[in-house]
Amino acid sequence: MSDTTAPGATAPEFRPDRKKRSRHVYNLVGLVTFVVMAFPVYWLVVSALRPNNEIRSYDQKLWPNSITFDNFSRAIDAPNFGTAIQSSLIICVTAVLGAMVLSTIAAFAIGRFRFAGRKVFMIVLLVVQLLPPTAMLIPLYIQLNDLGAINEYWGVIIIYLVSTLPFATWMIRGFVVNIPLELEEAAMVDGCSRMGAFWRVIFPLLAPGLAAASIFSLINAWNEYLLAYIVLQDNDKYTLNVWLMNFTTSHGTDYGALMAASTMIAIPVVAFFMIVQKKMAAGLTSGAVKG
Amino acid sequence: MSAADIKTAGPEVSASRPPRGDGPAPSAPRRSRWTNGPLLPYLLIAPAVVALAAVFVWPLIKTVIMSFQDVGRRELWTGQAAEWVGFEQFTNILGDSEFYDVVWRTVLFMVVCVVSTLAIGLFLAHSMQRMTKAVRLLLTGALIAAWSLPLLVATSIFRWFADSDYGVANMVLTEYLGLDFQGHNWWLDPKQGFLMIGAVVVWGAVPFVTVTLYAALTQVPSELEEAAELDGAGRVGVFRYVTWPVIKPVFQMVATLSVIWDFNVFGQVFLMRGNKPEEEYNLLGLYSYEKAFESNSFSQGAAIALITVLLLSGVAVYYLRQLLKIGEVE
Repeated sequence: MSDTTAPGATAPEFRPDRKKRSRHVYNLVGLVTFVVMAFPVYWLVVSALRPNNEIRSYDQKLWPNSITFDNFSRAIDAPNFGTAIQSSLIICVTAVLGAMVLSTIAAFAIGRFRFAGRKVFMIVLLVVQLLPPTAMLIPLYIQLNDLGAINEYWGVIIIYLVSTLPFATWMIRGFVVNIPLELEEAAMVDGCSRMGAFWRVIFPLLAPGLAAASIFSLINAWNEYLLAYIVLQDNDKYTLNVWLMNFTTSHGTDYGALMAASTMIAIPVVAFFMIVQKKMAAGLTSGAVKG
Repeated sequence: MSAADIKTAGPEVSASRPPRGDGPAPSAPRRSRWTNGPLLPYLLIAPAVVALAAVFVWPLIKTVIMSFQDVGRRELWTGQAAEWVGFEQFTNILGDSEFYDVVWRTVLFMVVCVVSTLAIGLFLAHSMQRMTKAVRLLLTGALIAAWSLPLLVATSIFRWFADSDYGVANMVLTEYLGLDFQGHNWWLDPKQGFLMIGAVVVWGAVPFVTVTLYAALTQVPSELEEAAELDGAGRVGVFRYVTWPVIKPVFQMVATLSVIWDFNVFGQVFLMRGNKPEEEYNLLGLYSYEKAFESNSFSQGAAIALITVLLLSGVAVYYLRQLLKIGEVE
């Protein structure tokens, strides 16, 4: 399963006479599925852009009659929007940078050396990704509480950093094993130390892998909400996802603003996702589990 | 950059090199055994090992410890040592009929979601091979857009669909299908509620399954399929004897991951029900969360979490065996 989703790749050729009619059927299946899969995304954007009187209408229309940015301004003006962006950025970027450092050196070790315990370490990387996140929540919460990390960024950062570590390590390892050993050895023959060989030869070649792995980690950290919801307690420390929950109150939900805010949160994720999507599927089935 | 590019870029090196990791490379300057000896790989994985131990292994051990104690709000805030209660938490949970309801509901929900996801995914992947390129590209775009939406956002959209007054689901059912769904509340009956929750789970999982299975299906040689057809195999026969053997490993992997993911569904329910799901909506994860963070009995929550992990461990072992068999861990 080396290369996933090359959409135009090797469509089997069928004899046209018998297959022509069934092709129409399959096209119809494709179009119907397209509508079903795309409709929620469409509805998100449409709801974000239509005026509130159309949203709170007993007679919903599938097309908007007019377009407005009121929902967006209401979402942006909601309390703590700015601090939520700041919190999300601080937490996610720090966690991802940390995760990249740790996972690169670990991936280099398991990709380049054979040592006792290597296989065990690799299996551990897989197993920890299978643990139910909610099962880990309780002990982690208690541990963070004991360390005084409740309502602190660093508690969330550490958890995010380590949660993305197994996936990132597994992925970067895939890039390490594809770099020929001879390159590194040649550098060492030419007088580089092992560190020098790593920095001058391996690291530049790893850059695309690191970029992909950090985007994955970033998406995962950006999408997490439960731990942040439990650990962060001050309104001005909420991450964007926790902030998003504020649109649902006991008086009901402001769906227009919720959809506008959701759109803003989703845009960076969707954009980054498009960049690494192909590697995503391959990574998921080849052992790096978390989605 | 492909491996071939790198190879030609690098200087030729004789093949008779000592195996990697067996001490310093001959011509490298001699360093201390820390930076260039057999200890180096251990040194490199050490930070990751420590981090994983702190955030995964220790909490797991702590879960086991806690489920034999009685950790409540008081122990949490005063730091007072928790009392050991033996198997009391487990006897309490296993003696509670709600627990069995929750387990049954979780398993049923998981099975329904996994079967529908895999069936839809396989059917779509199969169809994608046979549709015209333009339609396939269109569909791929929609799949990827759906895949990339954060769970929180996707769940918000489906909650908005299901809104009783202004939801588009009721509108479509009433106006286009002629059913009486005006003002219908989807959440009163958990069966209908879980239909909505299942919809967001399946909708979110179908892209990954379809895209992966499609990639596997493109590996099936079309000559083989045609040969089988010429030899008189029906559609079912071709699939059963030609296609299936090729895609089986990938299918098993996807199925196992789906089981694990759908067994652990949490956010979709939690967010759909406004962060406080009713009792009838409890799945195992939510049940454990509720005991710990709503009822402040962290030990009960931990015990339920431990039971969840044990229930899933069989599937996890199966998944690892698959990976080892196809040689991913090498």
